[in-house]
Amino acid sequence: MPKHRVGRTIFACFLVAIVCAFRPARAEVTVAVTYLRQEVKAPPVLSNLDPVPQDLGIAGAQLALADTATTGRFLGHHYDLEVVSVEPGGDLAAAARAALATSAILIIEAPVESILTVADLPEAVGALIFNVASGERRLRDGDCRANLLHTIPEDAMRADALMQVLRARRWTRTAMIIGSRPEDEAFAGILGAAAAKFGVEILAERRWSFDTDLRRVASREVPLFTQELPDHDVLLVADEADDFARYVADNTWLPRPIAGSEGIRGVGWAPVLEQWGAVQLQNRFEIAAKREMRARDYAAWAALRTVGEAVTRTNSAEPSKLRSYILSGAFALDGFKGRSLSYRRWNGQLRQPIPVVNARALVELAPLDGYLHPENDMDTLGLDRAESACKSFGD
Amino acid sequence: MKKLPLLLAALPLAAFPPAASGGEIWITNEKDDTISVIDSESLEVVRTIPTGERPRGITFNSDHSRVYLCASDSDAVQVIDPSTGEILHELPSGEDPEQFVLAPDDRHLWIANEDDAVTTVVDVDAREVVAQINVGIEPEGMAVSPDGRLVVTTSETTNMAHWIDTATKKIVANTLVDGRPRHAKFTADMAELWVSSEIGGTVTVFDVGTKVEKAKIRFAITGVKADLVQPVGFEFTPDGTTAFIALGPANHVAIVDMKTFEVEGYILVGRRVWHMAFSPDQKQLFTTNGVSGDVTVIDVASREALKSIKVGRYPWGAAMRP
Repeated sequence: MPKHRVGRTIFACFLVAIVCAFRPARAEVTVAVTYLRQEVKAPPVLSNLDPVPQDLGIAGAQLALADTATTGRFLGHHYDLEVVSVEPGGDLAAAARAALATSAILIIEAPVESILTVADLPEAVGALIFNVASGERRLRDGDCRANLLHTIPEDAMRADALMQVLRARRWTRTAMIIGSRPEDEAFAGILGAAAAKFGVEILAERRWSFDTDLRRVASREVPLFTQELPDHDVLLVADEADDFARYVADNTWLPRPIAGSEGIRGVGWAPVLEQWGAVQLQNRFEIAAKREMRARDYAAWAALRTVGEAVTRTNSAEPSKLRSYILSGAFALDGFKGRSLSYRRWNGQLRQPIPVVNARALVELAPLDGYLHPENDMDTLGLDRAESACKSFGD
Repeated sequence: MKKLPLLLAALPLAAFPPAASGGEIWITNEKDDTISVIDSESLEVVRTIPTGERPRGITFNSDHSRVYLCASDSDAVQVIDPSTGEILHELPSGEDPEQFVLAPDDRHLWIANEDDAVTTVVDVDAREVVAQINVGIEPEGMAVSPDGRLVVTTSETTNMAHWIDTATKKIVANTLVDGRPRHAKFTADMAELWVSSEIGGTVTVFDVGTKVEKAKIRFAITGVKADLVQPVGFEFTPDGTTAFIALGPANHVAIVDMKTFEVEGYILVGRRVWHMAFSPDQKQLFTTNGVSGDVTVIDVASREALKSIKVGRYPWGAAMRP
């Protein structure tokens, strides 16, 4: 586990003054960013063990602000981050209009329809909007928008990463349990497509329909439920709301690993990452947020770091200049995943390795060796240029 | 590879350095909390020395009577007697010391505190912190000019080289480099500062007088994806003609002409090659390969890898003792 350390605050404050005194003579640049959240009511889940943190996502943006502001101090660049949270059912578009009046850069955490509403506002023309919440394909496909970039991985990137691992392990016979919510059905479809892409078979599917409290009966019900499945190497579980899958593990009829929404998972970020300097990022985050860093925190961190990197290199806060730099070949973001990150020029998705993890360790970092792509191996994950119906990027 | 005589392999690990004229290469093993001492003649590990937690940066003083070691997770710099391997005492170092340089005065140790965004200056005789200088996020690379007047700290997340006047202990310039700068070094004639950028995939060469970039070195290895070419540690030959640059997960060391900045070739070594040190006669170069847990011995004249030596887990730093 990463060690926690407390900084020497008093000394550091004193030294900031010294650093500021040596700011080189450059044009002052002020960058205003708004983190815009549409609050949603979380669905009820069986376990109370892992509540969703209130500052999920926001804490990542705040850490990136601190990281970026340090660089800015040496260059005369100032960054402001405003957090606007709209309660469930509240008027997100009005909040977005107000935010866009003062800052043309938004980090948005909202359901798909709301993201599109904001991106399509007349005030949002020429703005730079980062989606840190939705992994849905349509935003990278026919419903892409020129002013909308995505730092959260597309869901298919996570599924493809998992299937690369199963294929490399030759665990290619799987069965799948699908939850009762629409998002479970959607993720099952994504897992199915990824399985087909990488030559993994799904021999059987079963719908989860229990409405009892599984904490009491999992050990009796799950063996029976899984007994009817044909023999398989891995049991996939589609449970995107983190509801029942934790009770499937180690209660199955056959002794098999679990993957998908539980067990072996493809994720944008996880607290178990420590290589590639990740432990430094984890330490900084844990000291600041008093909790572990999750995928949405990472996506928000990457969004603000993207802005910081572009401002640093272009010496400008103008969204159009930033956007063209971000989508250019010169852009390279250090994302603590062992390779430099960039954006897909045809749909605005942040191109990134996807860690495949279990609860305790990194299993593999996808793309795995041997999965090749004519342009970039990372494009073996998720929607590729030839498949994407996105036309807004004109590339 | 040469086969070792059975007799040699059967010898117990000596507690003292062998009498041979060749020197030693000291390797820090980041995930074993040890130093592996390699005899540069026999190319065998002759001693394994326990250290504090997560040993990384390592350097000797000018007469090689002391070795300084960054024990990052112990938040200390340890001072070791190289002949006995005994830890003599610890120096205050600031938090999470990763790399450092010893000033030519043999007295001031300049330390990058990775988790704390400061550079700490320690007086090794008085054993106290003399100054702390606020730098960018995740300071790592440290360089001191041969005349001792300038120190450079590179910060990995801020992507800058911070130039510090050692007399005033103040930053006099900040220069941007490409992503995740890892290592910095002045040339012996003090005309240039070289900085490697791991994620940017480049080495930037600065003119020290003007502090302006004068060259940028890029790398391309057939069969290795461009974004896996990640320059990290490097060394210059003492004659100032050639730079050897470790390329991390590309598993190669690049050979660069220091006058033209052209890459002359690549040498295949172990996995995730990181830092390196020359043998006392400068005929061999020893590279630490973190992921494969070994050290590659390169013949400098023929530019070929001679041998791999198994050391501890995640070898990181390397320093030579004649």
